[in-house]
Order: sequence, then structure tokens, then C-alpha cells
Amino acid sequence: MIECANLGKFYNGVVALEGVNLTIGRGKIIGLLGENGSGKTTLIKLINGLLSPSTGSVAIDGKAPGVESKKIISYLPENAFLDSDMRVREAVGYYADFFADFDREKAGRVLREMEIDPKKKIKNLSKGMKEKLSLTLVISRNAGCYILDEPIAGVDPAARDRILDTILNNFNENATVLVSTHLIADIERILDEVVFIHHGKIVLHEDADALRTRRGKSIDAIFREDFR
Amino acid sequence: MKWEIDESRPIHAQLVEDMIRRIVAGEYRPGERIASVRDLAFEAKVNPNTMQKALAELESRGILITQRTSGRFVTEDHEKIVQLKQSLSQELLANFVADMRNLGYTKEAILGAVEQALKKSQI
Repeated sequence: MIECANLGKFYNGVVALEGVNLTIGRGKIIGLLGENGSGKTTLIKLINGLLSPSTGSVAIDGKAPGVESKKIISYLPENAFLDSDMRVREAVGYYADFFADFDREKAGRVLREMEIDPKKKIKNLSKGMKEKLSLTLVISRNAGCYILDEPIAGVDPAARDRILDTILNNFNENATVLVSTHLIADIERILDEVVFIHHGKIVLHEDADALRTRRGKSIDAIFREDFR
Repeated sequence: MKWEIDESRPIHAQLVEDMIRRIVAGEYRPGERIASVRDLAFEAKVNPNTMQKALAELESRGILITQRTSGRFVTEDHEKIVQLKQSLSQELLANFVADMRNLGYTKEAILGAVEQALKKSQI
């Protein structure tokens, strides 16, 4: 599904990402785990074609990021991407116009689950509600791959649970979910595989349960032990 | 019953143990159809692939039976369920006895303590 080969990104000679070789298969939930500034967002932007690589390459279903890959990948950016003057309902319409794979029915259902009022203006939503709305739009596409950059950062624990439930309940079985976070304890139960990223390098990529068995600890504890 | 998961141990192994406990405790009866992978995964708040792995293991051990079109069922082999119950209770007892011995209890003291505890719980 996603293949990175010797992928690297430098900004004015400063290394943000280096020598990334990563293959991500279909039908799995993969956690991209690293602290702030470790290179998670850089990697995600490279996969989404928002940055161009300094070295190496990235391919989605064999093709470089571009118009075709944007049809396949539903991407939740780290920062707010919705026009705050829009109403929730308008944002849904906008997404439906933009993406052929958008499922309005699903969006309506998830909005109800999230208890978001479609008539509200986005600027009048709380931070947690905005996050939930963004996720609703992203997850309501019937995409082959979902890339979620820090979907649970900055929201309260109840909203986190709701967001994780929504991810579990709505991604389709053949889809890949790549989710980046530094809040490992909250998310590790839903992961098939974990990728540790540290100082711009991938230092580990392993099946989550295999890693727990090997080290006898939670992913969160292993991460803390290795990097803090 | 709530799914108790300890993230420091492999999750699929805990799902296997949990399902066995449910079957032994009669929450799932012999021959009963169990919920879909997706629903069970959602209930336990785990990845569907992990739940799938756990159910596949229960199947390979003959505890669950898959019927191609109609889903997964608990085995109707009562003897198998009794065996599972016995091995679970033996494990609990062995741990209990070891813990009590570590506290310095003798055989008689353990038996006495068990009797007291049974009286208290009015069984």
C-alpha cells in the first residue's frame, strides 16, 4: 500500500527525516509513534505529497504521491483545515463535493454519534468538537487508506475514547490506517503494528503483540524506556 | 462482563483467555452463536485483526466452531468445556496455594482459612 525507500527530508541542511525504509500493508492499523519533533508530520506530509523528498522515494500503490494518491488516501492534518466561518453542514457538503468516495449517510451517522449540531458554525465549536468534526469528515470517505496526524492531541479523555471508537467502528476492513501520536497509552490497544520514530529515523517496526511478548511490557512503557 | 485488558501482555492472548472464561462461566452457552469479529472487537475496544487472531486460535483448539455461512459457535462438546473449567480452576488453586505458602501458611492453616472464607461468603 505505502512504500518508502531511503526517504529523507532536509530543511536548509537540517535533517528532519533520514533513510526511511518502510512498507505498510493493507488492512492494518499502524501507529506512528514518536515525540514532538521526531519527524512524524514530515513523514506524513511526504506520503501525502505535501512535501517533496530530498532523498529516496515514496509510492502509494506503486505510484508517486499526486492526484491519484489523493483519491485513495483520506488525510487528517495535524492542524485545523476547515474554514471557521462555515457551518458544520456546509463543511460536510464541501467534502462531499470534493471527494467522490465521500459517504454522506455515514457522515450524518457519525455526526450524530459525536453529538455535533450540523447547524453550528465551526468557529463556535470547542477544540474537542472541531477535532471530532475533522475526523468525521476524514473517516466518512470510503478510502483505501486513512492517515491521521495526531487525532487525539489536545482533546479530553472522553473525546479521545469517542474518537478511537469512531476509528474502530468506521474504517473498512481492507483499508489501512496510519495514525501518528505521542499519546501511546491511549491508542495502543487498537494497533496492529507500531513504528517508532526518533530524531528523524525509524528505529523499530514490529507487530504490536510480538513486541509486547518480546519485551514483556506495554508499548507505552517500552517507548518510555527506550527514548526518555 | 467487561473486557479487562492489560497492555503489558499480548492482547490476543488475553482475548483468548477472556473468551474461555466467558464460555466456562456459561456467559456463552454450548452451541451458542457468538457476535461478529467486528462487534466483539468494538466491545473490547481492540483492533478487529487482533480479535480475529484470538477467535482463530479458539477455533484451532476446537473451542469455537465456524459454520461457513452462519458464523461462529461455541462448541457443544461438554467434556471439552469441563476440561477447560478444570484447568482454569487448577491454575487458580496453584497460584493461591503458592501465595499462601509464601505468606507462611501451613497446609492446615490454608484449609482453615479457606473454610472461614467460604463461611463468610455463605456458600
